[in-house]
Amino acid sequence: MTHVPPALIASYAQGLSTGIDAAVIEAHLGTCASCRSKLHVPDKVLDEVWSEIDLGATRPRDSVLVRAAVWASPAMVPWIAMTVLVTAVAVVTDLLGTQLLVLLAPIAPVAGVAAAWSRGMDPAHEIVACTPRAGLDLVLRRTIAVLAVLLPVLLPLGWLIGASPAQWLLPCLAFTTATLALGTLIGVRRAAVGLATTWVAFVVGPSLVTASLPALLEPSSAGLWLIACAVAAVVVVLRASTFTRLASGN
Amino acid sequence: MVRVQAVGLRVRAGRRMAVDGIDLDLKNGVHGVLGPNGAGKTTLMRALATVLRPASGELTMLGTALGSRESLRQVRERIGYLPQKFGYYKRFTVREFVEYMAWLKQMPGVDIPGAVERAVERVGLGDRADDKLSTLSGGMVRRVGIAQAIVNEPAVLLLDEPTAGLDPAERMRFRALLRESAEDTCVVVSTHLVEDVAAGCDQVLLMDKGRVLFQGGTDELAAAGEASEVGDSPLERGYSALLDRAAR
Repeated sequence: MTHVPPALIASYAQGLSTGIDAAVIEAHLGTCASCRSKLHVPDKVLDEVWSEIDLGATRPRDSVLVRAAVWASPAMVPWIAMTVLVTAVAVVTDLLGTQLLVLLAPIAPVAGVAAAWSRGMDPAHEIVACTPRAGLDLVLRRTIAVLAVLLPVLLPLGWLIGASPAQWLLPCLAFTTATLALGTLIGVRRAAVGLATTWVAFVVGPSLVTASLPALLEPSSAGLWLIACAVAAVVVVLRASTFTRLASGN
Repeated sequence: MVRVQAVGLRVRAGRRMAVDGIDLDLKNGVHGVLGPNGAGKTTLMRALATVLRPASGELTMLGTALGSRESLRQVRERIGYLPQKFGYYKRFTVREFVEYMAWLKQMPGVDIPGAVERAVERVGLGDRADDKLSTLSGGMVRRVGIAQAIVNEPAVLLLDEPTAGLDPAERMRFRALLRESAEDTCVVVSTHLVEDVAAGCDQVLLMDKGRVLFQGGTDELAAAGEASEVGDSPLERGYSALLDRAAR
């Protein structure tokens, strides 16, 4: 291979070569390590070149998916969507005289919360768990995202069927916190499944059979739900470090 | 400089003690963790990735003993990890996925676009950067996994079976990338393929049943084998010889 004479390399480095000369030298330098090693570009020229490169040109457009993922991981989206759908169905039946919304509202967020920190429900869980952001703050951020979608749907629907927010909002928050609290012990997904199943079996089922709301969901029980919320929150904070490791269970 | 140090490390996988008393002293360079399936390689990699809490023993990463939330956070900023089962979001484009991982790694916002570009370029996916992950081949997805691991230019790079699913050309490219990184990075690669170790590693750590059977250079591993052992290469014969000896 013919090499570029040192004098030409020097003038190229100074930015003095132009047109076809510059193009030929550049093409050769791209493939020849020995000539490249003779190329010493002065800092001043380098700085000029860098300042002319528009870094903004290579910057990707702000991605909607990434911005959304900062709040809720994509793995949570189908579960949140499902919950919203079930809520809407509950309201339709409530208009026909049932009280499903109040009965189901407490467990509405748990599916989305489960997907926030679960090996089985989030395909990227393991690499996420290894990042510095993994921890209670990330899990809370994702939990808030679930509530931020759900509550704006529940509030007007609840009002539509005449249920007082005190009847379902506190139970809803208590179940959310309890899912995380129990999740620090047995894994969030198992906690969600366990709490939801218990609620359906012991409260929703019997209420549908007797066609009356249990005392637990009367406004007078608000104090109990508040205490449940507080206890669960304390457990979550005390055991927060479990959210910096791989989720237990699935 | 010692990047990874472990003393008497024991790590549980479920009820089993999958890593059962391991000492490590790893500096920059490429370290191959070799062993049959079930040897405890993945559990060891997970412990080094800080996603599993050791049952006992000491683990010091980058000079920091892992304990408090803050020490974990600091160490993780400088770790790159590709798990054996690399899960991803298939609706994301290559660039979006790596960008999201960069955010999770708490990289400064202004550095993210450039770092993502470089990482994607280094694994040879520059021309597919705006394609959705669902449209990529298995080997390309694996390369996205490598890109997300290196986006923060980690000081400790942990790759669990990284060559699975790569075609021969991709493997060669991957080994070049390892050699390139090894100068200023402590790379730990787990594999059950002796050829991977032969081609790309400076040091070998041979594991079986949760323990380290051998730690040393590839030439020392080769020297452990005799012509009578099973294997097509000196390294494979060394590998079988050490495993046989341990089984006796």
